[in-house]
Amino acid sequence: MSRLGFEQFPDYQVPGMKHPDFSPYESNGGSIVAIAGDDFAVIAADTRLSSGYNIHSRTQSKLFKLSPQTVLGSTGCWADTLSLTGSMKVRMQSYEHTHLRTMTTEAVAQMLSIAMYNRRFFPYYVSNILAGIDNEGKGVVYSYDPIGHCEKATYRAGGTAGTLLQPVLDNQIGHKNMNLEDADKIKLTKDRAVSVASDTFISAAERDIYTGDSVLINIITKDGIEVRTLSLRKD
Amino acid sequence: MFRNQYDNDTTTWSPQGRLFQVEYAMEAVKQGAATVGLKGADYAVLAALCRTSKDTNTLQRKIMPVDEHVGMSIAGLTADARVVCQYMRTECMAYRHSYDAEFPVRRLVANLGNKLQTTTQRYDRRPYGVGMLVAGYDEQGPHIYQVMPTANVLNCKAMAIGSRSQSARTYLERNMESFEDCDMDELICHAIQAVRGSLGSDDADNLTINMYVEMVKSMDPPLEADHDALSEEGMSDDDMMDHGPSSSGVPPNDISDMETTASTGGHDAH
Repeated sequence: MSRLGFEQFPDYQVPGMKHPDFSPYESNGGSIVAIAGDDFAVIAADTRLSSGYNIHSRTQSKLFKLSPQTVLGSTGCWADTLSLTGSMKVRMQSYEHTHLRTMTTEAVAQMLSIAMYNRRFFPYYVSNILAGIDNEGKGVVYSYDPIGHCEKATYRAGGTAGTLLQPVLDNQIGHKNMNLEDADKIKLTKDRAVSVASDTFISAAERDIYTGDSVLINIITKDGIEVRTLSLRKD
Repeated sequence: MFRNQYDNDTTTWSPQGRLFQVEYAMEAVKQGAATVGLKGADYAVLAALCRTSKDTNTLQRKIMPVDEHVGMSIAGLTADARVVCQYMRTECMAYRHSYDAEFPVRRLVANLGNKLQTTTQRYDRRPYGVGMLVAGYDEQGPHIYQVMPTANVLNCKAMAIGSRSQSARTYLERNMESFEDCDMDELICHAIQAVRGSLGSDDADNLTINMYVEMVKSMDPPLEADHDALSEEGMSDDDMMDHGPSSSGVPPNDISDMETTASTGGHDAH
């Protein structure tokens, strides 16, 4: 007999007994791809927001313009995404009031890392990729894990289809696992970056149910941010 | 006014019903360089004379942006001004974060007035020694508010504070009726001319006038509670895309900080 005076049910699910299990996290799906070039950075994210087999929205942008030179792409738990980008926005505004200038991309990258690690023991369930132009005018991409580990890279894919997209980028942008002469290695132009990003998304939409509907592409240069969209499979 | 036995702290009334410490705080405002604020139908403009120290040659920043839709210019103790400005910025940012909207200006200055009032009624605090002209633009249109160490908040069509500001106020009074019909450039000219009246004989040949112009965000009325219409970043993204809570993230870009020089002729550098 238990202390409580009645028969206790076992921990595993038994018929008739509702097993309460609250998870604070939910995956709302979506994928991001970011590619950095000599004087540009391209970041693309799909626009589908889902929950299990249900779709919340087909037109939800996952790209957040933090400054004219920096864009953050965020997928995972949408509530955490909103909370994180909201607090980043406030911190960046504080910085501007104090320092009378916009935060550099590198500074934003570091601050985001710190902000995420501050929640080490109840993490933001978010897959972040930050793309922008650094102080010297070169394109730069930073990728994050849920607790803020930050890594600078030339190209990166994240989100639910991240593992599908990353090898494609490795091959097409990084020229990995190919027998190529140096002369054949195509220099990365803005158009090529955009077309590789677009193509990888089309492939991802084929296989990943959480990715699809359309892609929003931000092309960041020192002159500003150009926006393009691309339609994807809606199934 | 002379020293007397009722002016030791803020919590002592004089027999005539005056709080001398608060009045002394007002004196601090009168020592500051002049600043002028005025509004038209679509714009609110602030102009301030900046004193430069000839040794260091740096400008005293008198106009402080608070949020995308609010700015203020100060006269008096700069250190106190910074603290007040920081308070207002925090309030605006918190409001924006919580409600995804601009803090209505009259509420912001009302809160500020309440905050200033507590300093006039506590034995362990002193009044803030700074007078402010708060310029803002919200759904009710452009605003100019005068906030003083006495915690008085006045809604103004035009106002000037600081040393020798009476001539600026006279100019504003004379020209006030025409402000409604002025466009932005004319308003700016009025502001400059108003503040010119406050130049003293000891001001420099080449003076810098700091200006702040609060502009209309969007000529269209806010449509269907679509916050993008109010976002002055004006992203070129497709309208169908829901960008989530003000993903326009950032800097108060529409504040035009113009500096003009006015020459007063033939006097020593300040």
